[in-house]
Amino acid sequence: MRAVDGVSFDMMAGERRGVVGESGSGKSVTAMSIMRLIEPPAGEIVTGTIEFQGQNLLALPEDDMQDVRGGRIAMIFQDPMTSLNPVYTVGDQLIETIMLHQHVSKHDARRIAADALGDVQIPEPMARLDDYPHQFSGGMRQRVMIAMGLSCNPDLLIADEPTTALDVTTQAQIMDLMLKLAEDRGTAVMLITHDLGVVAGFCDTIQVMYAGGIVEYGNATDLFGNPQHPYTWGLLGSMTRLDESHTERLHSVRGAPPSLINPPLGCRFNPRCDFVQDICHDSYPALRESGRESQIAACHLATELDLNTIDVTGVVGS
Amino acid sequence: MTDVIQPATIPGVGDLPSDVLIRVDGLVKEFPIKRGVFFKKQIGAVQAVSGISFEIKSGETLGLVGESGSGKSTAARCILRLLEPTAGNVYFQKTQDHGADLPPIVEIAHADKQTMRILREEMQIVFQDPFASLNPRMTVASIVSEPLIVHGVGSAEERLEKVKDLLRVVGLSPEHTNRYPHEFSGGQRQRIGIARALALNPALIVLDEPVSALDVSIQAQVLNLLADLQDELGLTYLFIAHDLSVVRHISDRVAVMYLGKLVEVADRDDMYERPMHPYSHALLSAVPIPDPELELKRKRILLEGDIPSPANPPAACRFHTRCPKFVEGHCDTEEPMLRELEPGHWAACHYPEVQQLF
Repeated sequence: MRAVDGVSFDMMAGERRGVVGESGSGKSVTAMSIMRLIEPPAGEIVTGTIEFQGQNLLALPEDDMQDVRGGRIAMIFQDPMTSLNPVYTVGDQLIETIMLHQHVSKHDARRIAADALGDVQIPEPMARLDDYPHQFSGGMRQRVMIAMGLSCNPDLLIADEPTTALDVTTQAQIMDLMLKLAEDRGTAVMLITHDLGVVAGFCDTIQVMYAGGIVEYGNATDLFGNPQHPYTWGLLGSMTRLDESHTERLHSVRGAPPSLINPPLGCRFNPRCDFVQDICHDSYPALRESGRESQIAACHLATELDLNTIDVTGVVGS
Repeated sequence: MTDVIQPATIPGVGDLPSDVLIRVDGLVKEFPIKRGVFFKKQIGAVQAVSGISFEIKSGETLGLVGESGSGKSTAARCILRLLEPTAGNVYFQKTQDHGADLPPIVEIAHADKQTMRILREEMQIVFQDPFASLNPRMTVASIVSEPLIVHGVGSAEERLEKVKDLLRVVGLSPEHTNRYPHEFSGGQRQRIGIARALALNPALIVLDEPVSALDVSIQAQVLNLLADLQDELGLTYLFIAHDLSVVRHISDRVAVMYLGKLVEVADRDDMYERPMHPYSHALLSAVPIPDPELELKRKRILLEGDIPSPANPPAACRFHTRCPKFVEGHCDTEEPMLRELEPGHWAACHYPEVQQLF
């Protein structure tokens, strides 16, 4: 099964990129591949290159990769309870990371760790270093993960659904904190999420993934304002909005995402697309200019379709 | 600023207006905290729901929102008597005859087993997790027909016909009766759960986070289905969710819970456009909107800290420890009652104020 198939993209230093898509679209596998966290027999990277600051990560020996992982590229995950070891104190785990990547004494590492907890606004950071993960709430644990991720000043932070397990008021706190820290330090962030609302407030650019490939890329304002791919368009139409009181039906995308074991021929979105034509069954569309600057879409019809003029209520989709 | 809800002002059973399907009155649910291995001793109690009162009109959707630990699911389970309420009353106006001599309005919280068994035909629930709420060893036909068997409806053939009808109603193929839950996707499984809830023609369906586990595009399909079913069958929904934008889409009225108490109840658009309680303000300002330009302009009210433990809730106003408008000597000493500040708009705050958040 190809979980990710022919995905290519660039990220600039300091850029905040949103990677959005539904479950099984390949967003996490993309991130895990960058970190080289996918190992046989679970899976393997068949072809491709991942270049980070001029180095091909896929060609690096494992020892060098360890320096990159957690040092220059850090990653935080959805569930802070399973990513922290319950039998070690938070301080032990932070100090371990710091000593692995920076050549400092244990005493200094402890001070850096306390500073890191202070940066993520955990009160009394020095005392809390000696607490175990279960003594922190969900939001506080995610702050610890962010502190750990940022403790070595990475150039890229990959955040995989960092707020999905949290309540909405806690999510707002965490996103606000991540935005401040990333801006202050110039850290590039790749934010992986299924929540289009979260990326809207955080990211400069967005790539939408579907069934293992990127279907649309653009800067945040353009992509939300003028989606060029029918999937992006359908996804935005499926969303209920806090600021809109619509009593009519939602324009949903019909059907369900395809199985990647036996994906549809041609465009993988064709079984669910409202605008499908013969060409969509024949060939896989490459990402191409959509007629709008800064925006590319993997759709044969991208230049012809003007999705914004379509009356949503007239389109079937249940 | 008019009425204060006092138990005395709540009308008796006899005067439940005919358009009200269910009235909840001072509902309390406590869970004991026990210690000891052999001789378990109760050392305290968590009050998950602390005296909430509201009503739902026939054919209406009431959205019940709140963060984890606010008591919304516990409240719903008490209303259905899936949990035993500690105190309070729940009045239900029955819509069918049931062939038994039940009064037109039944008090559910203290009803006996036999009465509850009959009333279960009128009230059903759809759960959040479509993977955990369907028995993996049962076929779709046996899952959906189980309520019919339990309540002795029809012959085996009639039941199979009914199951096929129900599957059609929820948008599944009637040929799928012999399949097992694992053969369906999350969205389809949730449809099976809805078909099961519809089997006995209930008047009230409690929807406990029915779309939270689903992807956005599938979520929209299920929300559309729920709206269609309500139109066709005249169903009344109690819709529990933490996603405030979903609640705005589906509800007629919205109630906000915080640490076991109702803090604000209002008509849908009033709640979102003119919220009055500081907690509602914070909650609404925290929900992201998929619109980058709007997100840039919006102001966020960031709450300090986390939701306190329900085992040891703050005194007086339970929100006072995190409230940006906290007034010392008032909010921490006197509990604000849920008052009707404008017609149909209730809030429990000493210093309510309309605030527009987008």
